Amino acid sequence: MLLLQTLRGAPNQSVLESSGPLADRVESLWWFAFATASIVYLATMGGLWWAAARARRRERQGEELPPDGERRMTRGVTIAVSATVVILLVFLITDLTVGRTLDPVPRKHPITVELTGKQWWWDVQYADTSAQGRVQTANEIHIPVGQPVLFLLNASDVIHSMWVPNLAGKKDLIPGYTQSMWFQADTAGDYRAQCAEFCGLQHAKMALHVIAEPQAKYEKWIDEQRKPAHTPTDSVADRGREVFLTGQCAMCHSITGTSAASHNGPDLTHLASRRTIAAGTLPNTRGALAGWIVDPQQVKPGTHMPPNQLAPQDLDALLTYLQSLK
Amino acid sequence: MRRVFRGSGVLRASALIAITCTSLASLTSCKRETRRLRESPPSATPGGAVRVSSLQPGVAQDTTHARNLYEGNAYAVSEGQRLFNWYNCSGCHANGGGGMGPPLIDDEWIYGAGPEQIYTTIVQGRPNGMPSFAGKVPAQQVWQLVAYVRSLSGLNPASTRSARTEHMMYYPGSQALPMETSPKQAFRPPASEMP
Ligand code: HEC
Ligand code: HEC
Ligand SMILES: [Cu+2]
Repeated sequence: MLLLQTLRGAPNQSVLESSGPLADRVESLWWFAFATASIVYLATMGGLWWAAARARRRERQGEELPPDGERRMTRGVTIAVSATVVILLVFLITDLTVGRTLDPVPRKHPITVELTGKQWWWDVQYADTSAQGRVQTANEIHIPVGQPVLFLLNASDVIHSMWVPNLAGKKDLIPGYTQSMWFQADTAGDYRAQCAEFCGLQHAKMALHVIAEPQAKYEKWIDEQRKPAHTPTDSVADRGREVFLTGQCAMCHSITGTSAASHNGPDLTHLASRRTIAAGTLPNTRGALAGWIVDPQQVKPGTHMPPNQLAPQDLDALLTYLQSLK
Repeated sequence: MRRVFRGSGVLRASALIAITCTSLASLTSCKRETRRLRESPPSATPGGAVRVSSLQPGVAQDTTHARNLYEGNAYAVSEGQRLFNWYNCSGCHANGGGGMGPPLIDDEWIYGAGPEQIYTTIVQGRPNGMPSFAGKVPAQQVWQLVAYVRSLSGLNPASTRSARTEHMMYYPGSQALPMETSPKQAFRPPASEMP
């Protein structure tokens, strides 16, 4: 029981807490493999114990080995080997069948998300052909409960892998080649995804939050995301905006509605609406934001954002501005 | 026992040589491999000022800043390569071959090929269309760009040049075997065209 509890891990990042049709199938496969392996393990251990006990008994009673021992042993080994082959075949077949049922993308998928893996964060774009245009954000995906969502996966530097254990299996993101995957969440929740393909120094700190919420809440979110960034009304935030646009930040980040339009780093148009920063590494609080901006190499050594030397009042203004980007 | 040792004298000597070589190699490769992730910018005085002359009035101060620490470091050069695209240097210089800006893979320099001269070019800009990146790019990254720009024309050690690209290189495949002739010799114009 304790073992199972450890296997389960964190509830929002676990294969054993499936919350969607695809993950359900992966979880059943997992349980099937676990049960079969447990039975085989117990049978093997039992057989071993029985054989050892019998040998002891024979020795104690001075019994001779039966004359047809060799033949009986051959028979036993043959049976065991055939059982192994059959079990492995069954595994192979169930595995393939589950894989096949996961693959086909449902024809009706109202939402398409283009997900690009970068060292070491996720670029998220909602492909929307309507007049309102696309939505770009980073490290956080919102999806409505009960609807299949199609993902188009790509990478811009090295191979990454998308894995939300509660919702689906893994799929690699390959530079220059678009792959697709889909999943659906049946219960609302904040599911943690993790890059599952080693991609360099900060691979471990490359998480993505998939937030499944009721349709109405999702629509409200996406409508907010469509809007250009909030223009500051107070002087401190206004100064912060100036620091952002005239300094180093605008060389790498974009904020729609301003002149900052570089896509080397995450889009910050609605930064304050996100729960975490730096790909799930820190909570999105004023303190964490300050620490990150001044010395990102302390938080994620090797990350592609450089340290920023800012005068204290400039940093303060910048933080006020960033926190106003709801 | 002793006979065994005497018999394998050659073997022992070669083992010794192998060990010495590998340890020497690892010693020299350290500097090449180090990833200087957190540091105050090297070789730059505060404010990014750089001396382009060793002559100084009054007491001479250290001028070591002029030697770009990143030059012998493969990681810094590859970071410079990434930034060359991130900051859109390639938009004007193509991938070193030149476009609206001059080519950077040849050995002709309008403003000098020294690290501190290239640093000044990037930070201050140049009158005929080279923008100034002052305040837009931290000094550390400017030095990485300098190391990369110099690697384009083979001015820093071959072992640190970044991975092969599909783009123009001064000589093919920067990871290829070292050329027998130095790039300078190989591309020297005929005597009649020399100034
Ligand atoms: C050289 C490019 C570069 C510069 C300059 C830069 N950043 Fe970044 N920034 C990045 C990259 C790349 C990331 C993603 C890092 C990661 O998660 O590993 C990032 C991440 C961030 C994040 C977290 C975003 C999120 O949702 O996770 C914030 C906030 C941020 N930068 C703010 C700033 C500010 C403010 C400045 C200017 C003072 C700045 N950055 C300058 C490249 C840059
Ligand atoms: C808007 C176009 C443009 C961009 C962007 C640009 N350059 Fe230039 N660059 C030029 C032009 C034009 C010149 C020639 C200036 C002159 O002759 O006065 C030049 C000159 C140079 C030189 C001096 C060459 C020599 O022969 O002395 C270097 C080095 C250089 N650029 C590097 C860079 C780097 C590194 C970047 C990116 C951080 C960059 N440039 C971005 C246009 C550009
Ligand atoms: Cu990874």
